[in-house]
Amino acid sequence: MADRLFRWETLLFLLCLAVLGYGAVSTSGFADPDNVRFLLLDYSEVALLAFALLPIVLTGEIDLSVASVIGFCSALTGKLWNAGMSFETIVPVVLLAGLALGAVNAVLVVKFGLPSLAVTIGTLGLYRGLAYVVLGDGAVTGFPENYRPLAIEYGTVVVVVVGVLAAVTVHFTPLGRALFAIGLGPEATRFSGIRVDRVKMLLFCVSGALAALASLIYTLRYNSARADNANGLELAAVAAVLLGGVSIFGGRGSVFGVATALLLMAGLRNLMFLNDVSNEVQNVVTGLLLIVSVLVPVAAGAIARRRRPQPPAGTQPSRSPDPVGAAVSHGLNEEDR
Amino acid sequence: MRALAGRELGIVLVLVAVVTVTTVVNPNFLSRQGVHDLFLNSSIIALLAVGQAILVITRNIDLSVGSVLGLSAFLSGQLYLADRDMPVIVVLLAGIALGAVCGVVNGALVAVAKVPALVVTLGTLYVFRGLDYAWASATGVHQVNADRMSPDFLAFGNGSLLFLPNLTVITLLVLGVAAYALRAFRPGRELYAIGSNPDAARLSGIPVGRRVFVAFVISGALAGLGGVLHASYFGTINASVGSGRELAVVAAVVVGGVAIFGGSGTVVGAALGALLLTTITSALPILGVPAFWQRAVDGAALLLAISLDRVVMLRVAARLRRRTSVGGAGG
Repeated sequence: MADRLFRWETLLFLLCLAVLGYGAVSTSGFADPDNVRFLLLDYSEVALLAFALLPIVLTGEIDLSVASVIGFCSALTGKLWNAGMSFETIVPVVLLAGLALGAVNAVLVVKFGLPSLAVTIGTLGLYRGLAYVVLGDGAVTGFPENYRPLAIEYGTVVVVVVGVLAAVTVHFTPLGRALFAIGLGPEATRFSGIRVDRVKMLLFCVSGALAALASLIYTLRYNSARADNANGLELAAVAAVLLGGVSIFGGRGSVFGVATALLLMAGLRNLMFLNDVSNEVQNVVTGLLLIVSVLVPVAAGAIARRRRPQPPAGTQPSRSPDPVGAAVSHGLNEEDR
Repeated sequence: MRALAGRELGIVLVLVAVVTVTTVVNPNFLSRQGVHDLFLNSSIIALLAVGQAILVITRNIDLSVGSVLGLSAFLSGQLYLADRDMPVIVVLLAGIALGAVCGVVNGALVAVAKVPALVVTLGTLYVFRGLDYAWASATGVHQVNADRMSPDFLAFGNGSLLFLPNLTVITLLVLGVAAYALRAFRPGRELYAIGSNPDAARLSGIPVGRRVFVAFVISGALAGLGGVLHASYFGTINASVGSGRELAVVAAVVVGGVAIFGGSGTVVGAALGALLLTTITSALPILGVPAFWQRAVDGAALLLAISLDRVVMLRVAARLRRRTSVGGAGG
């Protein structure tokens, strides 16, 4: 299992290099330092959401509300700025607001025992709706000139710092090992003395706070606070996580894989942008990447099985599609029913 | 069965309460025109909710319905640009067929990839929507207005049969067929078995993959039908029609008492859920709630419904456990 995982990420890494190399050769200006800086910054919000989502998916849960948290926090930033609050005060308030929205998800999923899929589809709608309640459908601009360059200059640095923190936490701490254990078997993990509920609470709260951080970068970068900011960005984040080799059923994945997937997607997006492909059509590619990322492991598994000798009696023959469990289940963690 | 009837009764009671309060504030809410509008506005969402309910009962989900609706609405516009005298029935069939094709794509991907339908349909949500925009920019048609559509088509979308709007009649027909099929037909019952326990369903000889595939095609076809109805009712379409409608549809289904993990619920409940959410959305401005709150209604209703279900479930479980422990002490 470990070596297959290694191969998937190696494959992805090579693909990423190929795309970036192709871009550098085919499109003039792609390899410009300025363009590379823009390319990375342009994906900073998605990257923060993906790093927030990764540990949640590892435990077998999901958070689809992340982009709506950005929308709400951006609207709140605009509202407070309009009300004359100083930007130094707005930053902690917005981060706390994001944390609070994440905590609402956490309570509903962990304390009430509701499926995270249903909860976060609900809060996806609710938080976006509340963003409109806060700011209406207008836009607030004119954020302080001394902060805007900060976001543009250091947005990517923030992402790298968060990515490294995520990598260290997920791969080199007891908490990180617990994430994998929870994804593979929540019951067994609970019996081994890990406070599963507390870990999950933490993850959803962190997810809210990271989305709030992403909203600050987004708002400053575009110099525009709107309720519909980052609409649909959860797709890119989920796509990056799954393309990065994280199993949607939990228990398998790595920060390196997700980071590679993010780089690949950012490169593709920038290439399409430079070649005048419209935003909506870019979404087709993101959607296709998401679908491909779930199809490739299946194809790889089928090929691997065909190479191996016939499976012993009792296991399913390899050609019969077996939709039981996987195909018929959108319940991510059925223990939580 | 009693529990299901209880849920539908509950929705009707809430519906009556909302309508009563709103009518007290503004008597026009329950005028003939008001009721007509309520039915009209909830028809398309209810139609999609029926398809979604069939899928959710099998423990699947289709997040791409809003995009399929948009694609099919855009197709209607394109057909009328090609020939203004296109018969209504041709447009209807074309829309349904396009939706069914989208459903085939979803169903095949879910069956092949063996991943949660959530992931596949989140992907196709953006793929179908992107195709819609790509089509619009490739043909240079960004909006089709009513003056390009045939009068028959517009009359069909805005007309009435006796007291009911045509769209409502169609939704009721689909609802009636679906409700009967899920109740009385063997494949319909099998959908519940699949949702309750996929492994057990498979072991008892139910063709799980085929049933789920067909459920996806039905959901797609109904979304396609919804797109044509949308075009004929509003008369103006562009590539963004139906964006974000999946939330309202899923909310209607869950509010209507279909369990998100499958195995229980009815299409009648889902349609009533759609009617309730539409009624609440229309009632809010009359009750003096600022218009922007409307956008939060669907999400809030979904959360409220699953929380209530959970509370009820825990109560029932606790009561059963008490009864068992009393029985256990006796035995």
